[in-house]
Amino acid sequence: MARSVTTQRKTLNTVIAWGIGLLIFFPILWTILTSFKTEAQAIADPPVWFFFDWTLENYRVVQERSNYSRFLWNSVIIAGGSTLLGMMVAIPAAWSMAFVPSTQTKNILLWMLSTKMLPAVGVLYPIYLIFIQLGLLDSRIGLTLVLMLINLPIMVWMLYTYFKEIPGEILEAARMDGAGLRQEILYVLTPMAIPGIASTMLLNIILAWNEAFWTLNLTAARAAPLTAFIASYSSPEGLFYAKLSAASTMAIAPILIIGWFSQKQLVRGLTFGAVK
Amino acid sequence: MSLRKSLYAATAMGLISAVGASADTLTIATVNNGDMIRMQSLSSEFTEATGIALEWVILEENILRQRVTQDIATSGGQFDVMTIGMYETPIWAARDWLVSLDGLPDDYDIDDILPAMRAGLSHEGSLYAAPFYGESSMVMYRTDLMEAAGLEMPEAPTWDDIAEAAAAMTDRDNNINGICIRGRAGWGENMAFITTVANSFGARWFDEDWNAQLDSPEWLEAVTFYNDLLQNYGPAGAANNGFNENLTLFQQGRCGMWIDATVAASFVTNPNDSTVADHVGFALAPNKDGMDKRANWLWAWALAIPAGTQQEAAAMEFINWATSKEYLELVAEREGWANVPPGSRTSLYENPDYAEVPFAAMTLQSINAADPNNPTVDPVPYVGIQYVAIPEWAGIGTSAGQEFSAMVAGQLTPEQALQRAQALVTDEMEAAGY
Repeated sequence: MARSVTTQRKTLNTVIAWGIGLLIFFPILWTILTSFKTEAQAIADPPVWFFFDWTLENYRVVQERSNYSRFLWNSVIIAGGSTLLGMMVAIPAAWSMAFVPSTQTKNILLWMLSTKMLPAVGVLYPIYLIFIQLGLLDSRIGLTLVLMLINLPIMVWMLYTYFKEIPGEILEAARMDGAGLRQEILYVLTPMAIPGIASTMLLNIILAWNEAFWTLNLTAARAAPLTAFIASYSSPEGLFYAKLSAASTMAIAPILIIGWFSQKQLVRGLTFGAVK
Repeated sequence: MSLRKSLYAATAMGLISAVGASADTLTIATVNNGDMIRMQSLSSEFTEATGIALEWVILEENILRQRVTQDIATSGGQFDVMTIGMYETPIWAARDWLVSLDGLPDDYDIDDILPAMRAGLSHEGSLYAAPFYGESSMVMYRTDLMEAAGLEMPEAPTWDDIAEAAAAMTDRDNNINGICIRGRAGWGENMAFITTVANSFGARWFDEDWNAQLDSPEWLEAVTFYNDLLQNYGPAGAANNGFNENLTLFQQGRCGMWIDATVAASFVTNPNDSTVADHVGFALAPNKDGMDKRANWLWAWALAIPAGTQQEAAAMEFINWATSKEYLELVAEREGWANVPPGSRTSLYENPDYAEVPFAAMTLQSINAADPNNPTVDPVPYVGIQYVAIPEWAGIGTSAGQEFSAMVAGQLTPEQALQRAQALVTDEMEAAGY
């Protein structure tokens, strides 16, 4: 009896989990399906699901019209660069807050997070003017810096949470053995916190990849990443859903694949510390 | 170590990308619509002829507007040529943000530009943006449904004709709405349409002393008529419908009529996308019986040069190419006359080949019926038909548009919507010092 209840419950849980999963995945699935339709099929009412003449026409048009590889390369540089640069700052910052806290540590953490509460548009003009002065407009290095700065609070917070789980005694022991500060962070702390660091980096790459305010406002032709590539397929007058879907599918494909392969790492990192 | 190497690599990449573009490359900001994309694909001809390379920044309309405003206001210098509309041109020209196009060569034939377009894109007698394509609005209707209803659409219908046709064609059982018109909030969305209706009913946004006039009986009559049309014969969820939503509905055969931009004519008659391509007729935008202002608007997407560009001469050369008579001939030769960007030049409409395009005559008639310098029955202090060419308009138009959209959604009566709109427009204008 007890066993059948458990089985039933398990089945129910599985069904619910799949249902929620599909619901969340549905917009992406619909985008991918639409990218293989004609513009007329994309807006058909009632909607067509799977049985239509699948066409690669939209991908051909998008390839022909835009230089996809340049947008992709810009995205890779900006997302990757901002993450690496961010980690260089966030790891030491999180280390000091986790292992040598001061009375103000909590306040500093909260203050850092509070910068995320300011709407980005509020600082658009100051940053734009600074970028003009420094000649950073439409440059990958400028965008890398901005994205690093806006994601830094989240990086520090995440790393701080992971580092708090690591016993300070281990670091103390390393120090007793004569490790300097740099060695302590690089050779003792970092290897132990690999899951946390990996998931922080992954989350950051995703955030930077999808960032669509600064990447659209601070770029023109040269440094524009995939967000600008997608934005170029929306139209004020005319049908564009199928081509936009093709562009979106091409833009999310790389990050979707990275996410798929690293999901174990990501889940492990995100739940690290939460189970104890 | 590998971390450090990667970081160096990323920094080096960034530095390489920070190096500026070469001297003879123009950066062009534009919107994604068929005519612009066609121009992009034909632009290799320009590059071959002149050696000037082109970089394209194509953005969604609202993002583009925000992006170029921000760049031009801060002298960011990101763009050498930008696509702007009729609303921005006189305002930006007055602030010296744009380069005057007086330097265009004689063979450009500036007098060939349609007078209404030239008027809307000029400031103090000088042209500041060259029209790439222009549009007005008109009635598109289903000839088969009209025939079935035993009605005939006059070439120049009145609003009464429209209401009668909408009632006759509405067939809720078969999911056919008598009329589809804009309901989504925005100065370039529902307010463009509602303002033209108001103009045709004898209403105006401001009197000659800049006092808001939305509490006038003419406004109430116009807005009530608009609301009744949508409530009785419009599609469900009309409060969210803009150009593309109505285009979709019309192409699927869900609308008896659609009053919107003339540029839509080429979409609804295209058999690849439209299920009703063979059954579309065109008529002038309506007027109110006994009044001579018609409800048609005037808009142009035009190419302008921001002040402060380092490449003024090259930019001028590009505009000369893209908006020339020769460019229209190039498009006709490659893609046929129906795909030539409409509404910019008189000579196009005098061309016998173009006269065979089914919507050509009606487009020209609609554009000629629009006068941005004299948009209303009573005199007004502003320029613009479906907008008011003052910097505050984008804000007040959008706020008022939200009230009217709420009305279409059934949350407000026309009286309430107008009362609220009048209050907020008055406040905004007072704050702006009018």
